[in-house]
Amino acid sequence: MPLNNEKIQQILTEKFGDQLTDWQEPYGMLTFTGPKESNLKVLQFLFDEPSLGFRFLTDLQAVHYPDNKGQELAVVYHLHNLVDNIRIRFKVFTDITQPDVFSATALYQSANFMERETYDFFGVNFTGHPNLIRILNVDEMDYFPMRKEFPLEDQTRSDKDDEMFGR
Amino acid sequence: MSEHILLPEGSIEKQTTTLNLGPTHPATHGVFQNILELDGERIMKATSTVGYIHRAFEKLAERRPLYQITPITDRLNYCSSPINNMGWHITCEKLLGIELPKRVDYLRIIIMELSRISDHLICNSIVGVDSGAYSGFLYLMQFRELIYEIYEEVCGSRLTTNIGRIGGFERNFTNTAFVKLEQFLATYPKQLKEFETLFSRNRIFMERTIGVGAISAERALNYGFTGPNLRAAGVDYDVRVHTPYSSYQDLEFTIPVGKTGDCYDRFLVRNQEMWQSLSMIEQAYKKVQEFKGADAEVFHADTPAYYLPEKKDVYTKMEALIYHFKIIMGETDIPAGEVYSSVEGGNGELGFYLISDGGRTPYRLHFRRPCFIYYQAFPELVQGGMLSDAVITMSSLNLIAGELDA
Repeated sequence: MPLNNEKIQQILTEKFGDQLTDWQEPYGMLTFTGPKESNLKVLQFLFDEPSLGFRFLTDLQAVHYPDNKGQELAVVYHLHNLVDNIRIRFKVFTDITQPDVFSATALYQSANFMERETYDFFGVNFTGHPNLIRILNVDEMDYFPMRKEFPLEDQTRSDKDDEMFGR
Repeated sequence: MSEHILLPEGSIEKQTTTLNLGPTHPATHGVFQNILELDGERIMKATSTVGYIHRAFEKLAERRPLYQITPITDRLNYCSSPINNMGWHITCEKLLGIELPKRVDYLRIIIMELSRISDHLICNSIVGVDSGAYSGFLYLMQFRELIYEIYEEVCGSRLTTNIGRIGGFERNFTNTAFVKLEQFLATYPKQLKEFETLFSRNRIFMERTIGVGAISAERALNYGFTGPNLRAAGVDYDVRVHTPYSSYQDLEFTIPVGKTGDCYDRFLVRNQEMWQSLSMIEQAYKKVQEFKGADAEVFHADTPAYYLPEKKDVYTKMEALIYHFKIIMGETDIPAGEVYSSVEGGNGELGFYLISDGGRTPYRLHFRRPCFIYYQAFPELVQGGMLSDAVITMSSLNLIAGELDA
């Protein structure tokens, strides 16, 4: 029997019980949230369990929700089972004052750069990452630019005198 | 008989040479820095640095209405920008729930496959250049020019195309576009055959590429390879087949698969994909020709709220003017939701993860750039090889600096 969203949800609920919450299916992709302490356990189970086999990490990134107090940063994993051709989305929320999340680099080599990118832009501190340094931004940068508290420059500002660009 | 000259102890502390390959090295075809530890000509260790052309696309996208994000996507993989544009349009259409007419789908396939050919053509001929055979590059380059002329006919620009709109194309394909397409279909196969004859069984080329930069299927999957590089390692994963978009399910094509994942297999897989793309263009073009009368004038979906109307309608029709104004001023709210959509780009799965909170701009947009993800395998691929093999491995991975950095 081919794998489908209900079956994945059933298997995961059997294993993790109430730990996994917020089951949704936006645009057909099964999405759920787990506690950040057990993100590796969930990923490992998804990887190892023969009936699931989510062995391909498609994408890893973070989202900043400043209004979500205590759970400001979400780390989102997109996983793909290439055999049954089904994708899932797994989210982990973390506090912005202590954004420690376990690194998935031991499971997926591909997570290396992706976690560095996420750290670079959101400041998620991936514990256990072999080389967690900035990747796209300059090394001297001391803030995390993709967080929502850094808006882009206001286009209507008039205090800037720039002859070259006519502002 | 020469004996080993023993140096006094401590006179040379470092036994290896450190070499900076890049960031602006003529052999790297882009801004990549690799710090190589060399023992003679053999690479003991490689460290790659990225981020030289980071342009904050994801941040920029958070303040732009959907249609203004299309020009950003051009600059990801600039060797096949139409695929990026289409991938973005397809993502938006998925979020907005827009169904496209079949003719638009087929026209998109024509453009996407043309750009796949132009992407692979550059990659393969550069592999040739890096192995010392310049002529293949010169033979094929004229066809990229022809492909660019077709883009020009459709959208008015060549490299950073900004082609199409959410819901279709900006205008119907002109007759000249089809004439140029026919010319391409008639002349390209012969030249590609000649290119293959020059390289595929060329002993020098084979010696330079076989077994160089090889990766096993398992490692490739673990490293997140997609596209031709993954298929060269023997995994038949292709987004066009696994999650068909833009009516790819209506076409018949095969997925070429390699075995060893080395430079030679990557070269062969890309060559075969060009043949498959040619056949896809022919099939799609045949289907486009089947539309007659009013159906042959369809080039966009009927979604006035999101499709930027044609300029002549804006000047003559009330509704078109209103929607034009609303879209240009970015006053159209997009539905809340989160969507991941991917297309088979020139280098692999190009994904767009779009979160909308119901505002006018995306709340968060993330580009899954295949180059960025598989570039981390580069140190492993070149370790233990020769310096000149590192150069050829780099070009056969088809690393595009724009896609690497976003």
